[in-house]
Amino acid sequence: MQNLISIIIFLPLVAALILAFFLKGDDAAARRNAKWLALIATSATFLVSLFLLFGFDPSNTGFQFVEERDWLLGLHYKMGVDGISVLFVMLTTFLMPITIGACWNVEVRVKEYMIAFLVLETLMLGVFTALDLVLFYLFFEAGLIPMFLIIGIWGGPNRIYATFKFFLYTFLGSLLMLVAMIAMYVDAGTTDIPTLLAHTFASDTLSVLGFQVVGGMQTILFIAFFASFAVKMPMWPVHTWLPDAHVQAPTAGSVVLAAILLKMGGYGFLRFSLPMFPVGSEVMSTFVFWLSAIAIVYAALVALAQEDMKKLIAYSSVAHMGYVTMGIFTVSQQGLDGAIFQMLSHGFVAGALFLVVGVVYDRMHTRDITAYGGLMVRMPAYALVFMVFTMANVGLPGTSGFIGEFLTLVAIFQVNTWVAVVATSGVIFSACYGLWLYRKVMLGDLIKESLKTIKDLSAREKAIFAPLVVMTLWLGVYPSVVTNVIGPSVTSLIGQYETALNDYQPDVRLAQSGDN
Amino acid sequence: MTAIILFAPLVGAIICGLFWRMIGERAGMITATGLLFLACFLSWIVFFTVGEPQSITLLRWIDSGSLVADWAIRLDRLTAIMLVVVTTVSAFVHLYSFGYMDHDINFPEGEPYKARFFAFLSLFSFAMLALVTADNLVQMFFGWEGVGLASYLLIGFYYRKESAGEAAMKAFIVNRVGDFGFALGIAGLFFMVDSVQLNDVFAAAPTLAESTVSFLWRDWNAANLLAFLLFVGAMGKSAQFFLHTWLPDAMEGPTPVSALIHAATMVTAGVFLVCRMSPLMEYAADTRTFIVYIGAITAFFAATIGLVQNDIKRVIAYSTCSQLGYMFVAAGVGMYSAAMFHLLTHAFFKAMLFLGAGSVIHGMHHEQDMRNYGGLKAKLPVTYWIMMIGTLAITGVGIPLTGIGFAGFISKDAIIESAWAGGTTASSFGFWMLVIAAAFTSFYSWRLMFMTFYGKPKGDHHTHEHAHESPRVMLIPLVALAFGAAFSGMIWHGSFFGHTEQVARFFEIPLAAEATAETNGAVATEEHAEAATEGHGADAGAQHEAFGGAPGQGAIFFGPDNHVLTNAHEAPVWVKVSPFIAMLLGFGLSWLFYVRSPQLPAQLAKNQPVLYRFLLNKWYFDEIYDAIFVRPVRALGRLLWKRGDVSIIDGGINGLAMGIIPYFTRLAGRAQSGYIFHYAAAMVVGIVVLVTWMSIVGN
Repeated sequence: MQNLISIIIFLPLVAALILAFFLKGDDAAARRNAKWLALIATSATFLVSLFLLFGFDPSNTGFQFVEERDWLLGLHYKMGVDGISVLFVMLTTFLMPITIGACWNVEVRVKEYMIAFLVLETLMLGVFTALDLVLFYLFFEAGLIPMFLIIGIWGGPNRIYATFKFFLYTFLGSLLMLVAMIAMYVDAGTTDIPTLLAHTFASDTLSVLGFQVVGGMQTILFIAFFASFAVKMPMWPVHTWLPDAHVQAPTAGSVVLAAILLKMGGYGFLRFSLPMFPVGSEVMSTFVFWLSAIAIVYAALVALAQEDMKKLIAYSSVAHMGYVTMGIFTVSQQGLDGAIFQMLSHGFVAGALFLVVGVVYDRMHTRDITAYGGLMVRMPAYALVFMVFTMANVGLPGTSGFIGEFLTLVAIFQVNTWVAVVATSGVIFSACYGLWLYRKVMLGDLIKESLKTIKDLSAREKAIFAPLVVMTLWLGVYPSVVTNVIGPSVTSLIGQYETALNDYQPDVRLAQSGDN
Repeated sequence: MTAIILFAPLVGAIICGLFWRMIGERAGMITATGLLFLACFLSWIVFFTVGEPQSITLLRWIDSGSLVADWAIRLDRLTAIMLVVVTTVSAFVHLYSFGYMDHDINFPEGEPYKARFFAFLSLFSFAMLALVTADNLVQMFFGWEGVGLASYLLIGFYYRKESAGEAAMKAFIVNRVGDFGFALGIAGLFFMVDSVQLNDVFAAAPTLAESTVSFLWRDWNAANLLAFLLFVGAMGKSAQFFLHTWLPDAMEGPTPVSALIHAATMVTAGVFLVCRMSPLMEYAADTRTFIVYIGAITAFFAATIGLVQNDIKRVIAYSTCSQLGYMFVAAGVGMYSAAMFHLLTHAFFKAMLFLGAGSVIHGMHHEQDMRNYGGLKAKLPVTYWIMMIGTLAITGVGIPLTGIGFAGFISKDAIIESAWAGGTTASSFGFWMLVIAAAFTSFYSWRLMFMTFYGKPKGDHHTHEHAHESPRVMLIPLVALAFGAAFSGMIWHGSFFGHTEQVARFFEIPLAAEATAETNGAVATEEHAEAATEGHGADAGAQHEAFGGAPGQGAIFFGPDNHVLTNAHEAPVWVKVSPFIAMLLGFGLSWLFYVRSPQLPAQLAKNQPVLYRFLLNKWYFDEIYDAIFVRPVRALGRLLWKRGDVSIIDGGINGLAMGIIPYFTRLAGRAQSGYIFHYAAAMVVGIVVLVTWMSIVGN
């Protein structure tokens, strides 16, 4: 299977083209066909991607399934996966059929809606598999366009403001990243990612406008990339686009945004920042730790004050992403394993929580927490699903949410106990807002007239939640299924990082290791 | 076999909780209960056959670099004791619930709730068993939080009641405060030991005592710091002073839940943790001092509140809190076996008291205020005798200096003697606090008996006329537990608190002399040998061996300098009879107040209004916490949102963007008018432009 990755990536795009060119009319039958075609295409993509997973050899830490072709203007089309990216591909292909299933009730411009999601899937998969800088940049930036459209066209009443804010944030970051990429090309003479990974960028202290920049070129490049990835994560204090985007986005849009798009920042740190700018990462790590710790506590506190269900979950996403950045920059096995695990787990859990909100939003057309109460009375199956994901969000052991938090906390404790204490206090606050939301919506007596006829989960909704529940529990009970795949690649990444740092400051590093 | 014990409740929970619609509600309940009795039966077999500590691995769990944690079962005496306690009480509580939960006024006619209740009970039992069988700290944390979840679900079981939802949330969050410490403790242990396996941690304990670890603003002794962090977890789970506020509110749950979770098992998990970590605790003297103070204060303070409460369940809840303080004092002075002894006996008599109270509540149509009871002896004869045995057990009735008495008499005396024998300022403080608390215990326990069963019926006539004895399915568990409350103290006194060699045999601890023979030449063993000889000298000819062995050998570990057991046995007579005298004092006062001159309590409350309100309002803990934690946190959240996010961050962005917004509004306006293809085209054009630009700039 030489072209496996290309097949996976372009399958949704082909389906989108078929929809665009061959599906005419906007009657009920056409709408149904569009949905079915999208569902079949995304499901087929998932099935094909299973070949990728089963054919993947975790012990090989290089890139696998590599495809390389010449492209226009002397650029290269180069794709491949390693232990760090392969599971993100799987996450995307796994979640897309669920996302399509979640927009089954949409009746406005269904064809275009499906096209947007299919194109989005192609672009997201491209981000995780591109092995060429230009290609990566294209996928990374183009991926935003369908998302803008999904929010801007199918979103809530205040969608224009949200789209605009989303755009503005990401655009500024992207511009800096683009400049950095050009600088990298000038320095290394190639845009090939595997080559760049082996390249050492200059790290001698530079003087810029009178400031001494420790780590020199690497630190500057790091900051440029950081500007882009930090917004995507999103890290505090550039997170405020996320709650607005989520609130205005349609349910399925929120799911993709939370579950997959937010992972691009973390993936970027792992693919570019750590291996290409190790000195820059080391210089900036304390700064990142504190941003992460602040994010964990700050976002949790703000979540406590929310009145809108989606905003609450959006802020909880910000807090959970704090564990990810914190784990990544410890550059230890537990930290990186935990960060990747947290990203995957968050994909299932946050995605599911937005679906949970979508269920009642579909019925009542409000996300106001005070509009609910006592739903347990009429919705026992929903209550169970909501409980499972609330607990996973709170990080209860036995669910996937625990593993990532625990591993990153163990990792940060080895580096900085102050950050560790602040970050660990997040487990208290997450319980506060998680259980508060559950209590306000589900518990108490059902006295509101409007809720007296509300219906429990339909068969379609159960089918959507079932795979997510299974994944959440399975990863919680048997996380080795993930760590076995990512482990060797992570170990190799850490090895390269350590070597690079030793080359940078051999005397200092040796003295430190001598003390230990 | 232990695997069957562990998973039987989980299977029961799944079948009963998820598949009851297929097999029927009653069949589900019977399945869950049957599996619990199976687990209980097997647990007793394990209890009588358990040998050397062993570990059974079931499945790899977490595997990240050197951090490896398995799903595994550690089987030793400590586990076996907990297995018996958990499965026995749980099985009887399941059985009892058939009667108690039969009709519930909290649910409208026709709403199914029983299968859910049984599934939660079984789920709790599974989590608790996972906790006590853990062979590594992460699995213990799994069980630890798992019981927290089950407790949350069961406290909030009457979900229609606002107060139940609130209490459930409070329980979970306060426990999380404890878990915050526990999690940091695990992270710290991994940092120092590079393993989360109990065996590795135990083996490293002596080294930890010699090391320092930098934590926050200074360096700390590693053993003390880590033991302290773990103990913070124990404080939350076991409702110790500062983190106790959730336990009384947890009484919002159905009474069988209070008996199982908030009396016999879950709340004792903290005590179990300290005993399980005895090898570490033995090297963490400062932390143990702290444990003694916290335990002693809790025992005293909870007892004072218990004196004036009027809700029958709350009285017992504060009594539980107080008794947990006793156990921590024992563990803190180094008598882990005495702590476990009281844990065992307490499980029987406290579960029985709760179930007895449940029987009263059931008979009185869910009336819980003792001021509306009175004269129920004739209406509820079996319950009366059960409660009598429970009261005799908890107040510590027995014949002093003979070792004959109810379970609480023997185990409580063991703790008080241990506290006296601790030989430090903290332990003397503990001793006096516990003796005073014993008098209070006796007072409030007899007060409960007198208010409920004696005197004239008070309150609603109608309720009293219809008061009825509980069905047999509720009385059988009561009678079974009554045997435990009456005899468990006498049966196991020797094993937990007898001669050193008896205790050593029971807990599989090598004796010092044997240890020397086994590992001759090691420095540590020389110390043991010296300690043993010193011990002999101090004993003045008594035939006492000293505990030996390395940390982790045996179910609990006594350091070479730990002579509390020997010293406790040589306590003077006044020490040994002091709890008995305190008990008599409490009984006498209670009789005076509630039988002889019933007007006295009201007079006293009137004469001492400040003290009375202080106790009635539980030392104002809820109010204080609300003022210094709950409100400020909420206010801070709102402030960060409105000022931080909305004003500062967004304000800045919006200001920056004012010029561009109109442009985008126009653009988006067009999107609505249906030119989606323009956007697709724009996307393509954009990409092409970008590529071209890149290639020009790049080349």
